[in-house]
Amino acid sequence: MARINRTRTEEGASSVLTRARAMSTLGPLLALILSSIFFSSRTDRFLTSDNLSLIVQQVAVVGIIAIGQTMVILTAGIDLSCGAVMAFGTIIMTRLAVTHGLNPFAAIALGLTVCTAFGVLNGLLVTGLRLPPFIVTLGTLNIAFALTHIVSNEETIANLPASLTFFGNTFQVSATSVTYGSVLALSLALVTWFVLTKTIGGRHIYATGNNPVAARLAGVRTRRVLISVYTSAGLLYGIAALVLIGRTGVGDPQAGQSDNLDSITAVVVGGTSLFGGRGGVVGTVIGTLIVGVFRNGLQLMGVAAIYQFLITGVLVIIAVAVDQLSRRRRE
Amino acid sequence: MSAVEAGVAVLEARGLVKRYGNVTALDGADFDLRPREILALIGDNGAGKSTLIKALSGAIAPDGGQILLNGTQMHFRAPLDARRHGIETVYQDLALAPALDIAENVFLGRELRRRGILGIVLRMADRPRMLREAGTHIANLKIRIGSLTQAVETLSGGQRQGVAVARAAAFASRVVIMDEPTAALGVKESGQVLDLIREVREHGVPVVLISHNMPQVFEIADRIHIMRLGRRVATITPQSHTMSDAVALMTGATSFKSDN
Repeated sequence: MARINRTRTEEGASSVLTRARAMSTLGPLLALILSSIFFSSRTDRFLTSDNLSLIVQQVAVVGIIAIGQTMVILTAGIDLSCGAVMAFGTIIMTRLAVTHGLNPFAAIALGLTVCTAFGVLNGLLVTGLRLPPFIVTLGTLNIAFALTHIVSNEETIANLPASLTFFGNTFQVSATSVTYGSVLALSLALVTWFVLTKTIGGRHIYATGNNPVAARLAGVRTRRVLISVYTSAGLLYGIAALVLIGRTGVGDPQAGQSDNLDSITAVVVGGTSLFGGRGGVVGTVIGTLIVGVFRNGLQLMGVAAIYQFLITGVLVIIAVAVDQLSRRRRE
Repeated sequence: MSAVEAGVAVLEARGLVKRYGNVTALDGADFDLRPREILALIGDNGAGKSTLIKALSGAIAPDGGQILLNGTQMHFRAPLDARRHGIETVYQDLALAPALDIAENVFLGRELRRRGILGIVLRMADRPRMLREAGTHIANLKIRIGSLTQAVETLSGGQRQGVAVARAAAFASRVVIMDEPTAALGVKESGQVLDLIREVREHGVPVVLISHNMPQVFEIADRIHIMRLGRRVATITPQSHTMSDAVALMTGATSFKSDN
């Protein structure tokens, strides 16, 4: 009779680990609650429904990018091209619609296609040439950045048709204005959560990031998983472009330059491991909100903007340190 | 002929050849695995054990020779081909995703879908059914593990190997191949894995066991296939030969044609 017993020490270690895993979203959630309490005690303007709606509105664009970034990081990859791809998307959409007078919906469709194509390119380079994602997306970052400035002629594109800026519009929820962009961002998070946790494809993303060799031996088509992850991420950057156009009302070639690092910050602060296979989109929503709450709260308190960067930096280091320590304990 | 020898081979290889450049890894290797037996595969480093196993499990295609499953010739081009024919392999240490839980690991790459629209269109996994069936497979092998929703990384080495064996046994209708399943384990845990291997045999599936551990081989094997320089030099039984005989055959100190 095969009896594989656990010793007492193993049992102890495993309960610590189980707790650590639960912590990966509990920790960030606690941080979000504590920071919200802190800011509400400092300024009356923080905890109002208008301000909370504003925070969501402020983080919607980086939040959508961070959803794509989450999927990429879950495969133990990284996507530096996201902000530049999004900026290129905004220029394609606005320039086609305004300068070339294309039907706005066709312009949107083409913009989404171009962003998705960048995702496909990233995926093919990562799987086909087996280049590190960091280098691949650094390359496509520069390509998208250059194309943005070439196509836009360095000009901001204004006077957009109303259908391009739809996601900046608001509707009322008992006297609070909520933008359609915020609703879209939360819906995308919900859809991605479903895909990652409930579908077979989602489990394959985790397995590929956690142990690619084991996943492949078990019959997971890991290359196909990676290509579809980068492709979906590209599509999400395209959607982020549309939301950004709605929020700013223009096509701005300077947009999105810090969004790659901001999205990685949101993902990491939300407890997703840079080593792949651990974390998820719930954490990313929380991480995005934490960054948003800090920026908004410090602003309301009248703290100089530069301190927001300081705090964000500290948050990132804490989050990565927690990830690294829990990883070391596992090994 | 004894009763064990009477049966037709479940898995058989005839004259397998595999070359890597100038190196001949398999030089006309024969192999046969009989129903309900544990066949140990031993040989010195470079004798061709791994290459033979890779050919049998579909990881490489041999340059020459035949592989027969229940008497039918097979042409495996990928591990998935062999798996579709009921041949499962337990790899030394690469086979599990530590962050995923036990049920997810058992069904990795073969997840069950929900019935109806949710499964077909959304590819939704049928988690309750996977938990239930994984539980059955684990219980069949009498493996004791706290909870199926536990991540594999929280398990001991022996328990992890148990999960890997349970996965193989769950899907192997014909053959389970194990590559050094006890290499990374302590004495007590090794014993537990040996019990698991016997349990798989009790369920009617023959096992090919690659091992360097002679006492283990002699403890558990029904027959012992000895390889040297890319060929089978003998097939012995723990009853017919001693450990030093086996080592002598492995190293070429003695040579004789097996009468088995």
